[in-house]
Amino acid sequence: MIDWKDKREFWIAGAKIADPESERLRVGSVCVQRGTITDIVWQKSVETDLPVLDAERFVLAPGFIDIHAHLREPGYEEKETIETGSAAAAVGGYTSLVCMANTNPVIDDPSVVEYIACRAQQVGRCRIHVAGAVTKGLLGEIINEYYHLKRAGVVALSDDGSYVANSQVMRSALEYARLHALPVISHCEDSFLAQASQMNEGYTSTRLGLKGSPAAAEEIAVSRDLMLAQLTGGRLHVAHVSTAGAVDLIRRAKKKGVRVTAEATPHHLTLDDRLLESYDTSLKVNPPLRSVKDIDALRAGLLDGTIDCIATDHAPHNEIDKDVEFDEAPFGMIGLETAFAQLHTHLVSKGVVELLDLIRFMTLNPASVLGLPGGRIKKDEPADLVLIDTEEEWTLQKKLIRSRSKNTPLIGASFTGRVQGVFLEGKWQSALTADEKQGMKT
Amino acid sequence: MPFNRRHLLGLEELAADEIQTILDTADTFKEISERPIKKVPALRGKTIANLFYEPSTRTRISFELAEKRLSADTVSFSKAGSSVSKGESLRDTVENIRAMKVDMVVMRHSSSGSHRYLANFLDASVINAGDGQHEHPTQGLLDMMTLRRHWGTLEGKHVTIIGDIMHSRVARSNIWGLTKMGAAVTVCGPSTMMPAEVEKLGDGGVRVEYDIRAAIAEADAINILRIQLERQKARLFPSMREYFEVFGVTPQVLEAAPAHCIVMHPGPMNRGVEIGQDVADGERAVILEQVTNGVAVRMAVLFLVAGGSFDAGAPEQP
Repeated sequence: MIDWKDKREFWIAGAKIADPESERLRVGSVCVQRGTITDIVWQKSVETDLPVLDAERFVLAPGFIDIHAHLREPGYEEKETIETGSAAAAVGGYTSLVCMANTNPVIDDPSVVEYIACRAQQVGRCRIHVAGAVTKGLLGEIINEYYHLKRAGVVALSDDGSYVANSQVMRSALEYARLHALPVISHCEDSFLAQASQMNEGYTSTRLGLKGSPAAAEEIAVSRDLMLAQLTGGRLHVAHVSTAGAVDLIRRAKKKGVRVTAEATPHHLTLDDRLLESYDTSLKVNPPLRSVKDIDALRAGLLDGTIDCIATDHAPHNEIDKDVEFDEAPFGMIGLETAFAQLHTHLVSKGVVELLDLIRFMTLNPASVLGLPGGRIKKDEPADLVLIDTEEEWTLQKKLIRSRSKNTPLIGASFTGRVQGVFLEGKWQSALTADEKQGMKT
Repeated sequence: MPFNRRHLLGLEELAADEIQTILDTADTFKEISERPIKKVPALRGKTIANLFYEPSTRTRISFELAEKRLSADTVSFSKAGSSVSKGESLRDTVENIRAMKVDMVVMRHSSSGSHRYLANFLDASVINAGDGQHEHPTQGLLDMMTLRRHWGTLEGKHVTIIGDIMHSRVARSNIWGLTKMGAAVTVCGPSTMMPAEVEKLGDGGVRVEYDIRAAIAEADAINILRIQLERQKARLFPSMREYFEVFGVTPQVLEAAPAHCIVMHPGPMNRGVEIGQDVADGERAVILEQVTNGVAVRMAVLFLVAGGSFDAGAPEQP
């Protein structure tokens, strides 16, 4: 038996190839040699001496790219490490991700950037790009050394977790970042309106006796950032958009030619605030889960291009942190491992979004938003690919979760569609555990 | 209808029949509190832990009295001087209590939803003595008991709740309980203290009024909530004196209410802020009656949650 998984030269034959760039969803075969795609033919089978992976049951897509994940290393390794985060990413179909700067120490010095790049290389399970902090220590007062950070390799700037409340500082950030061709990713939240809030403000927060943050808290901040982007000509990316009003503001700004892009998370596209009546802390996120109307507007925004891409905002917190009274729990849920399955189940299977479009929102689009490589299946491109069984029905069990933290409300949830594994530069990593049946044939 | 719940976490999830059963049982226990020997053996041998994470005089003593009159063994923990002040988590504190084989936990805590959190991992019964801003079911029940004893029924009656509705668990429990029993509720208070979409609360919604006289024009009862300006980090109201001028219930304001309207307050009162001196001590106030009823209601709740029931008309004899 040929063990194709360890060979560096092989064909993946008969898969439905999903390439968003050429807008193709078509049966074909791909040749991978020494980590690169060397040939693509639009046939089910090939004549070859090389090992052949029979992928007839599967969809082959470019490896997913997540431009918003918290890997927690350095500083919070009890929640996640670069190693466990990379493993989680691979299981979710991701071959690249961008990690956020709210580590400890904050990514506001080249040494931290280099540390992360070095660890990522050692772990070797996912390409990790780094976002540097907009301001020193995330304090929102002094802009960082963007030249040095860029030279060390950052692909974007973000104080995510915090909003740069001082408008003059944000103005300078956008202007100075423009000089170094770095996009600024903004976590839009008016911290005063949102202070001490636990969830979305609305009927559910009133019923539950929890302080809510109104949609306006996000919209006021989005508004300000859009105006500053317009004023400075800077490049803005709005993180985790969650309200209908924010989608609207971004849509209008794009029409006016403002250099803005936006992302939405799988949870904001599928889960609404009524779920919080269980007081389950894994539902406690920032921005909070909003109303059904907001979800509808986000989906419409995704379809009309206002929202450019999906990003998980993967935010691990371990049990010690989350197994407490609701208002004591930190904000965040993990998302790398379930993003595709959740969106495939609730958007593609329900006919809201086409499969090829979902793949585009998770590959080509995030790549173009930040100017990252990848997101396409094309000759001479690195073989960063994901193999998906779009029909596999499965249920998430806690023991399947690779992330060090298990803070997701989706434990016990059922999905249609499952990532089987990824090729990272041609090297295979299976998403299924040793116990589970591998449906691959050679 | 038999009461068949392991916990009492709130009034929102109760059916009108269940509330009726609790109120009927409470009436029986009130009678017991009038006897020279105020004790029944109903909960003899049961251990009840009172966990009060927030300061309380009225509610805690009321529960303790209720437990003792039912012959239960009780222990009380308060936050001060306990392991909580040493940083022990709620979960660990309660796990420790569970290890001591306690049958019921009565808890007051500042986090909304903390009782649901407890109920999820305890075998013991959980009784909510107030969770954050969410619910204070025994207060809602004793308020309803008081009103029902005055009118004979709650059906078709109008109750106006005045004060900081946004932060009030008493308001929420009252709204759910009263509307389920067929009463109409009006909420009145400063616009900064009205929670989002409050008009949707309760079975069939509530009326929202910002003018106090309009709010009480048809009220059969007024329930006045305590104002705690100092508790709020974001100052939602500029001063106590302004609150008194605009929303304070004085004898002059009460003239706008029907002559038979009674006045309630969950206590403790801030005289001169939300309630005028003469109203607090006046003849329309039933505040002390509420306190007496509180013990009876809590006896009823503990009894029913523990699985007790009365056959047609025969309570246990001491």
